Amino acid sequence: MEASLKSRTRQPAHGPLHRLSNLLYRKPNLYLALLLIPPLLWFGMIYFGSLLTLLWQGFYTFDDYSMTVTPELTLDNLAALFLPANYDIILRTLSMAIAVSLASALLAFPIAYYMARHTTGKTKAFFYIAVMMPMWASYIVKTYAWTLLLAKGGVAQWFVDQLGLAPALHFILSIPGVGGSTLSTSHLGRFLVFVYIWLPFMILPIQAALERLPPSLLQASADLGARPWQTFVQVILPLSIPGIAAGSIFTFSLTLGDFIVPQLIGPPGFFIGSMVYVQQGAVGNMPMAAAFTLVPIVLIAIYLSIVKRLGAFDAL
Amino acid sequence: MTLAVQFTGVSRVFGEVKAVDRVSIDIQDGEFFSMLGPSGSGKTTCLRLIAGFEQPSAGSIRIHGQEAVGLAPYQRDVNTVFQDYALFPHMNVLDNVAYGLKVKGVGKSERYARAEETLALVALDGYGARKPAQLSGGQRQRVALARALVNRPRVLLLDEPLGALDLKLREQMQGELKKLQRQLGITFIFVTHDQTEALSMSDRVAVFNKGRIEQVDSPRNLYMKPATAFVAEFVGTSNVLRGELAKRLTGQALPFSIRPEHIRFADAQAAASGEVEVCGLLHDIQYQGAATRYEIQLENGQNLSISQANDQWQAGAPLYQPGQPVTARWARAAMIALQDAIPGEGR
Repeated sequence: MEASLKSRTRQPAHGPLHRLSNLLYRKPNLYLALLLIPPLLWFGMIYFGSLLTLLWQGFYTFDDYSMTVTPELTLDNLAALFLPANYDIILRTLSMAIAVSLASALLAFPIAYYMARHTTGKTKAFFYIAVMMPMWASYIVKTYAWTLLLAKGGVAQWFVDQLGLAPALHFILSIPGVGGSTLSTSHLGRFLVFVYIWLPFMILPIQAALERLPPSLLQASADLGARPWQTFVQVILPLSIPGIAAGSIFTFSLTLGDFIVPQLIGPPGFFIGSMVYVQQGAVGNMPMAAAFTLVPIVLIAIYLSIVKRLGAFDAL
Repeated sequence: MTLAVQFTGVSRVFGEVKAVDRVSIDIQDGEFFSMLGPSGSGKTTCLRLIAGFEQPSAGSIRIHGQEAVGLAPYQRDVNTVFQDYALFPHMNVLDNVAYGLKVKGVGKSERYARAEETLALVALDGYGARKPAQLSGGQRQRVALARALVNRPRVLLLDEPLGALDLKLREQMQGELKKLQRQLGITFIFVTHDQTEALSMSDRVAVFNKGRIEQVDSPRNLYMKPATAFVAEFVGTSNVLRGELAKRLTGQALPFSIRPEHIRFADAQAAASGEVEVCGLLHDIQYQGAATRYEIQLENGQNLSISQANDQWQAGAPLYQPGQPVTARWARAAMIALQDAIPGEGR
């Protein structure tokens, strides 16, 4: 009896696989290490390492006459960012990124709210697909399509004419900083395309945040005497701010780094992304391109610290 | 005496399901009233109808004489303690408690003073700066209570508020809730599926089954004079005997209930005139600490439970063994005739 019990409880390990799984069970740290080493190698060396190498090149010297790069360290490239021509590019990109993020948040919130709180089952699946579907098509194709939609004599123009709003459009296009000669060559057109392209990246995080909101919180708010708008301002909005923050990090950083939309739509004038593209491609000025790359990173770091200070992540 | 809440023929239908079916209740002002029933019996829906989270499909609900049907939750002078507490995670404890005053436009200094006062009422003074996530379950429960009380509602609704607490804490909170209710003098309407909780705290209890009320009575009457088989079996444990056996013992065709603790084993003496006897086979014995439960298979196949207090401080050898034939005996007066149907149809 005793012997049979013993043999049943203390089974000898069969084979190396069995022994390995026992070892991993007894040493959870080893298990974690095995799990994490491949992604950490990828993330640390390929991703982070190359980013640091790139940024390091921002301190190399570019010789304008010979068009060659020498590894002599200098701060000239960073200083050059503050030259009026370059500084304009940064401001133009930054203000577009802010405008796009704000507009996306305003547009995305009602959709996300409806998805999270008023749809179930198949309707919810339909909305997911509807929101994601534009992302299935190539981004360049969509942008080209928009150049046609917004062009003179295009669909957008036709709608405006049909609605009798041509004078209003004309007025808007004449505002400096917003307008341009036609919609497709205006700041407004560029803004519209950016909002169109990045909107799903704003909807999904807000929807996820609202989805996590227990219905009893809203009932508790109403129960305590809050009218619907008070519940919205005091409970729903503060608790969805992490989602808005996450979404705006996407829209903000994607706009800061984009180089295709600014080339195809809107008035002439570089964005940070197109400047990096030109500097390293056509000019071969890798150090200046690297210096420009630093700008979005710094801007996003500043943006995150502001968002954090506003308490957006307190409810996480 | 004025009525705090009055239901008249209230129904609430969800699709095909009648969650609440023609319920009429009068809840007195200042009463500790419990709604007891298994899950899905309609008790929580009744509470939500009073709070205004649901609207009735038919019938009238009056809160302190005022018709409440059609009123939004924020238009009603009732407050709720939620089962999951529903504390606002982004606010600290003080802001949570002051919320009801804030949305009503009470000034900052006054609302914080009143919130502090209410926190002291639930023995949580000094916890105002903490976030709900930093509190224990029992403390969160108290914050939820304080938040609902700060508006000084005339009716407080409690939706299984003690369900998530462990036994010791639950018993302590039961005592405190009862004390608080006496001290404040407001109507408490307490939803629970725990019959001990309902019996120990309430002035009156309504027993729900399948969307209908089986009986509304004081805890003592519910236990001693259950009106239906459902109440007899749901409130405490009971032997409900039917059929030929019932007819032989009571002389009536109605089923009857006999509590396990009112039955004893027959001794050598003959049964007294006011007593009845049944024979059966003892098939299981469960030792429960304060009492021992004996399960007996009667001759007609029905089961009979007997509960005997273990009131001897000396541990003696067990008197009975499973498999042994036994005779059980109880007083005729201890039998309660039951109606199978819900009483008061079309009342």
